[in-house]
Amino acid sequence: MSTDTTTKDSTEYTRALLTTAEPRRRRTDRIMAGLIWSAFALAMIPLVSLLWTVLFSGAGRMSVDFLQYSMRGIFGGDPSGGIYHAIMGTLIITGCATLISVPIGILVAIYLVEYGRGPLARAVTFFVDVMTGIPSIVAGLFAVSLFTIFFGPGARFGLIGAVALSVLMIPVVVRSCEEMLKLVPNELREASYALGVPKWLTIVRIVLRTSVAGLTTSVLLAVARVIGETAPLLVAVGVTDSINFDPSEGRMMTLPVFIYRQYSQGQAPCREDQVNCVADIALQNAWGAALTLIAIVMILNIAGRLVNRWFAPKTR
Amino acid sequence: MAQRIDVKDVNIYYGDFRAVEGVTMTVDPKSVTAFIGPSGCGKSTFLRTLNRMHEVIPGAYVEGKVELEGVDLYGDDVDPVAVRRNIGMVFQRPNPFPTMSIKDNVLAGVKLNNRKISRSDADYLVESSLRGANLWNEVKDRLDRPGSGLSGGQQQRLCIARAIAVKPQVVLMDEPCSALDPISTLAIEDLIQELKKDYTIVIVTHNMQQAARVSDRTAFFNIAGTGKPGKLIEMNDTATIFSSPAEKATEDYVSGRFG
Repeated sequence: MSTDTTTKDSTEYTRALLTTAEPRRRRTDRIMAGLIWSAFALAMIPLVSLLWTVLFSGAGRMSVDFLQYSMRGIFGGDPSGGIYHAIMGTLIITGCATLISVPIGILVAIYLVEYGRGPLARAVTFFVDVMTGIPSIVAGLFAVSLFTIFFGPGARFGLIGAVALSVLMIPVVVRSCEEMLKLVPNELREASYALGVPKWLTIVRIVLRTSVAGLTTSVLLAVARVIGETAPLLVAVGVTDSINFDPSEGRMMTLPVFIYRQYSQGQAPCREDQVNCVADIALQNAWGAALTLIAIVMILNIAGRLVNRWFAPKTR
Repeated sequence: MAQRIDVKDVNIYYGDFRAVEGVTMTVDPKSVTAFIGPSGCGKSTFLRTLNRMHEVIPGAYVEGKVELEGVDLYGDDVDPVAVRRNIGMVFQRPNPFPTMSIKDNVLAGVKLNNRKISRSDADYLVESSLRGANLWNEVKDRLDRPGSGLSGGQQQRLCIARAIAVKPQVVLMDEPCSALDPISTLAIEDLIQELKKDYTIVIVTHNMQQAARVSDRTAFFNIAGTGKPGKLIEMNDTATIFSSPAEKATEDYVSGRFG
């Protein structure tokens, strides 16, 4: 039977069918949404508080001089020192660590994704996972004992720290680059093979090119992971108050180690009549260095985003 | 110069699993050969053995002989990369390289191999390949735009242009129209008719009308049951396969009684 117009009954029936309130499901939905939002808020509290504290406590110490001078010849409460030596040390040592880890890490990831089969690949994956869990101080001690073999005891220079950081960095690079390479659709590899392109060129020109944005992110995350490492650098590179640009010779200061040293110095003994003496200058230095470290990581991330945008596949 | 393929007693494996068994057939030059059959009967697998793409899958291997003008493609001294340069392939889903422009996609076979090509040669190759794929008029004003910005049918024709830009003798097509609308399908089918003047074409299709429309010879593959290997049941002129096939299974399949 067919009717020409909708009857009132059928409208009511359909409405009842479609608007079933199902209070239980609605309640569950609301509770879960509330839970997820509060978990998010809870996770944001330490993050926001940390950023705020660092910004608030570090901004006061920030100045061009602070960024341009080292701590050479600075004693007690003298506020004319700076962190230039530590910034340079951090950039040089992290840069060396990146130069060591990125080629190794990406090559291992390529092996695992494109070539690795059977027990060897499983063993590599297993040991990479194990490496991820190495405590950073152990990585530092490993680097120190490795270089002790060649340079005798007491050797302290930037490259030792770079090697220690590489031990921490390589597994992070491998795992995240592996995921990025896996994201490249197999169809693109097959399309390339079908054009008579050899496997190695397919990997270089198609797989790496397609995933370059993801690889950049992976590398930056790994850099961010190690740039704040303190313990391995303390044992491997030592401390200094002077500028040292040479990672193959002599001790170097780095920002995390600088923060630790300044913080552990505590209050400076200032006489009341003494000018140019700030009692809590060491604490201020520590906060200023912490702010600088966070800023460096942020600049790296922004640079990474720009690289991503530049290399990302376009559709228009 | 299109080339003839003679397949002799080929078995195809995925690891321990025998996917296709005992195929012997001849693919004529300058003609279109269609493979039809139910899903999972091994027609795509068999197609991929014709240009050694099958072995790209880990654990996959082939027994028997696939001869191109008398040269066994699986001979010891044969380079699979050279085989694939000579026997091009178009896939089921259009897969232009997302990081490349339309022009670079067409030139991919040249550029990815790090071969040098002069600008005028490159322009000529791009235009002739895109014309060959009936795409030139639609994209000639936006050759530097990304290939992934095209519609599905255009992307598939771009992939055909990319395949013929390498100047292969044989073009294999694995269900090239299954992701396309009827109008794009028609464009590709017209193109296949054009291409067969210069190339040997082998096409896998689920669409029997398509096989009847475009192919000169048709091969029917079937499978006895899940987990059993696929077999070539019958191969003949397309007209014969669709009007008076020798095997009952073929008749049942082409008349829509199963599959």
